[in-house]
Amino acid sequence: MSSLLSAPSALREDALRRLKREMWARAVKLGLRSWVGWRRGFTSKADPQRSGRVTAEVIEHLERLALVDFGSLEAVARLEKAIAFADRLRAVDTDGVEPMESVLEDRCLYLRSDNVVEGNCAEELLQNAHRVVEEYFVAPPGMCSPKWLNRLSLSELRI
Amino acid sequence: MAALMLRWSCLGKRWVLACIDGGSRHGRGAAIGLTSRRKRGQSSVAQQPLIAVQKSRKGEHEWAAVVGLEIHAQISSNSKLFSGSQVHFAAPPNSLVSFFDASLPGTLPVLNRRCVEAAVMTGLALNCRINKKSLFDRKHYFYADLPAGYQITQQRLPIAVNGSLAYSVSVGKKPSQVSTRTVRIKQIQLEQDSGKSLHDEPRSQTLIDLNRAGVGLLEVVLEPDMSCGEEAASAVRELQLILQALGTSQANMAEGQLRVDANISVHHPGEPLGVRTEVKNLNSARFLAKAIDFEIKRQIHELENGRKILNETRSFDDKLGCTMPMRDKEGKQDYRFMPEPNLPPLLLYDTASLPPGADPQQVINIDWIRERLPELPGKTREKLIQQYGMLPEHSFTLLNEVGLLEFFQNVIKETRAEPKKVTSWVLNIFLGFLKQQNLAVNESPVTPSALAELLNLLDRKAISSSAARQVFEELWQSKGKTPSQIVSEKKLELMQDQEALERVCHTVMEGHPQVVMDMKRGNPRAINKLIGLVRKATLSRADPTVIKEILERKLSS
Repeated sequence: MSSLLSAPSALREDALRRLKREMWARAVKLGLRSWVGWRRGFTSKADPQRSGRVTAEVIEHLERLALVDFGSLEAVARLEKAIAFADRLRAVDTDGVEPMESVLEDRCLYLRSDNVVEGNCAEELLQNAHRVVEEYFVAPPGMCSPKWLNRLSLSELRI
Repeated sequence: MAALMLRWSCLGKRWVLACIDGGSRHGRGAAIGLTSRRKRGQSSVAQQPLIAVQKSRKGEHEWAAVVGLEIHAQISSNSKLFSGSQVHFAAPPNSLVSFFDASLPGTLPVLNRRCVEAAVMTGLALNCRINKKSLFDRKHYFYADLPAGYQITQQRLPIAVNGSLAYSVSVGKKPSQVSTRTVRIKQIQLEQDSGKSLHDEPRSQTLIDLNRAGVGLLEVVLEPDMSCGEEAASAVRELQLILQALGTSQANMAEGQLRVDANISVHHPGEPLGVRTEVKNLNSARFLAKAIDFEIKRQIHELENGRKILNETRSFDDKLGCTMPMRDKEGKQDYRFMPEPNLPPLLLYDTASLPPGADPQQVINIDWIRERLPELPGKTREKLIQQYGMLPEHSFTLLNEVGLLEFFQNVIKETRAEPKKVTSWVLNIFLGFLKQQNLAVNESPVTPSALAELLNLLDRKAISSSAARQVFEELWQSKGKTPSQIVSEKKLELMQDQEALERVCHTVMEGHPQVVMDMKRGNPRAINKLIGLVRKATLSRADPTVIKEILERKLSS
């Protein structure tokens, strides 16, 4: 561990990330056994592929897509519990029932006529911005660079 | 659906890519050493001498390319798709932005009726089935110019599906050799545009202008029925004309109102389709065909050298003339589509299903819109061909050039000359002058009335056709003068005095007895010589046909 602390920051980050993954993978495997038992009690149509485990790959994928930071094992455990909770819906027999799209699905969609009634409030809008340059919003640094687009996880970005 | 083959034909050191329908075979395809470098700054496509490949000994190595397009057209409306802020091309940054466009909390989308009507009109014009119920979804991705973090689009159930678009491609060197092709339309959907990001490289910051955020877009997805850049460019051109005729979009590529992304793959005919790449940011009609053809060449080259094609996104660099990978993505982008919870389904009606007593402002009747569709370009061309007897390729040229059709119709209105004459003058002489000086029709120094007057003079035989050309040139240079003025100034009128003309003919015939003898012996060229001499004598002010008639009469008497 001490060698890690003296290494250059880029290498340190790499190593930390690898460590994180290994820790998660191990912890998740441990949690799996108790998980599977609990879940089996609820659903009879258990999908063999959905074993309740959220892999490290999925966590990284989610971090990238949703820009959240699953910083701790607790967070991952909470996620798995949430998924299991939602899975209880599978207990309901929905054969032959049309899926609902939204709670608004039998409401009327209001059609607005094509008139200009808003806008011209640049000053008000720009008040909220962290940085402004001549009436333009300034995007957070690094957000439109190749590094952002190639991002692997939240920790790589320095926002 | 005929799979068109790409044939390689080498003319000297230049490669020519020809899209030919089945049939004719050119020389054997040999591998080429195209060196397209990925990094910027290095050499562009270099030409290397032909290298014969072992494979070609087995037989013709045929490749078929498959091109599909995703076209985004900005809807021509006063306000945006889900908010009441204005749609306008040039305006101070962030001045046309409402609270909803800036994605401030507590704001909700409200659908613009005009955008729905535009989508229905476009769907009907492209022979689509209009879905009476369509749904809105959220497409999530993070980028600085997308304030909400998602775009509202129609992924599950778009407003129109299964249509077709007919377009024309030239299949030979002659302009008359054109063939009509059809491309299927997978779907048309309504979606939001994003804002604009301006990259300030020196200060390495990105500036965001949300004026464009939330503007309504029509995404038209064309199935991969096309096989080369030319076909794709023709299809896009025809779609542009249709959108402009309908008024649903101004479809001006230069102003960003029409954007095209191409999906390209190659394969051997009979084998499954190859891996496709997406080429984005094709914002000009000129580069569209170039980029697609380059990408096809590149893929063939990679595959022939045993490499694989990556499923990636590329962009076209017009200065280097090649496509570059945009970003190295591990796997496909996951947009996490979900139904838009703030918008109920969009319901459309026809006359049969219209609910009685409904507020007309709140319902859209597809039949009502269908009855009021403006004339489409295909119909306009048909009418031109029937009414004026012009050739199909002429009707295409008339519609392809902005403002030319109107010019033509104005000339027709004011002139007594035959339509064929008008067509010929407008398409050959007038258009020729415009192209030479790189002018648009509305920048022309010659007005429709001036040309009409000139053609009237020609029709009345007041001037000869060569004199008419002179007058036209003069009209082009000097503004304000009418054709009649120029004719009298330059004394270009044809001789109307029959007797004087006869006297001239007589004089010429007496002066050249040898030529007269030749004529009597039946030498056809002799009479032309005499006509030439008479014309010179009259300073080109006599009509050749009249001269000929007089000479022949004199000869026989």
